[in-house]
Amino acid sequence: MPERALHEPFHDLPRQREADRLGMIVFLASEIMLFGGIFAAALALRLEHPTDYVHAAHHLKLSLGTANTAALLTSSMFAALAVAAARAEAPNWAGRALWAAAGLGLIFLAVKGVEYAGEYREGLMPGTPEADFSSRVEQLFMNLYFVATGIHALHVTGGIVLMASAALNRRARYDAHAVLIGNVALYWHLVDIIWLFLYPTLYLAGVA
Amino acid sequence: MSRGVARILAVWAALMMLLALTLAAAFLPLGAAKPWVAYAIATAKAALVLWFFMELRREDGIMRLAAVAGFVWLAILFVLTAADYVTRVWM
Repeated sequence: MPERALHEPFHDLPRQREADRLGMIVFLASEIMLFGGIFAAALALRLEHPTDYVHAAHHLKLSLGTANTAALLTSSMFAALAVAAARAEAPNWAGRALWAAAGLGLIFLAVKGVEYAGEYREGLMPGTPEADFSSRVEQLFMNLYFVATGIHALHVTGGIVLMASAALNRRARYDAHAVLIGNVALYWHLVDIIWLFLYPTLYLAGVA
Repeated sequence: MSRGVARILAVWAALMMLLALTLAAAFLPLGAAKPWVAYAIATAKAALVLWFFMELRREDGIMRLAAVAGFVWLAILFVLTAADYVTRVWM
């Protein structure tokens, strides 16, 4: 089964594929701006309170953050392999690689859940009765942490759903131009890139 | 194993090495340079993902331009934000 047929307003398939991809890239640029506001807030907080920022970040579990970075990087590799497999007309391998990428995404979310549970117990989750912050900066940092990782986790969830639906989509797996799988992979790589910058902003910042 | 697959695996190995490097660098006594080193390594990792995994190496100018547009606007946001906070002590 080939890719989606040529449709209006396009006159040829290569142009249609290029437009599909460009549309995704432009959407991803808007995603960068969404997370950009959060990173700008972290920058302002760190410039205003350099020492307190490091103290607050020290509460996060560096080991779990590092493990999750490795999980997402490996997951991205599988997404790239899925695209390569679809192009090489190996639809079964494309499906397997997508499932592996989605599985690592689930592991990422599980680790995040363990982290959130730990932070709840330690009184670091804003808005809960247990919340107990030693300083205003610490509270602001934890607010920022939950907003940033929460919105990111929503994107991870969306990416997992997209990759699972692509893996179940026979037309997508048999498309030698990998239009759908390629676009899903692009989205997943951007979710990875955002985490690559959240890692030094939240976790590495806490190493005194 | 095709060349494409080998390239993807090599990029993954490079990404994992950069992750180990940034983790080790966080424990070195680098002083004020520490965040700069961490963000430089994060940028290197992001560049590898963009160039190889997101296949900007295969794309033409318009696609690359669209891909970096978000980062360019972000740089403006960061520079102007920092310009405010960094210079407040001069007042």
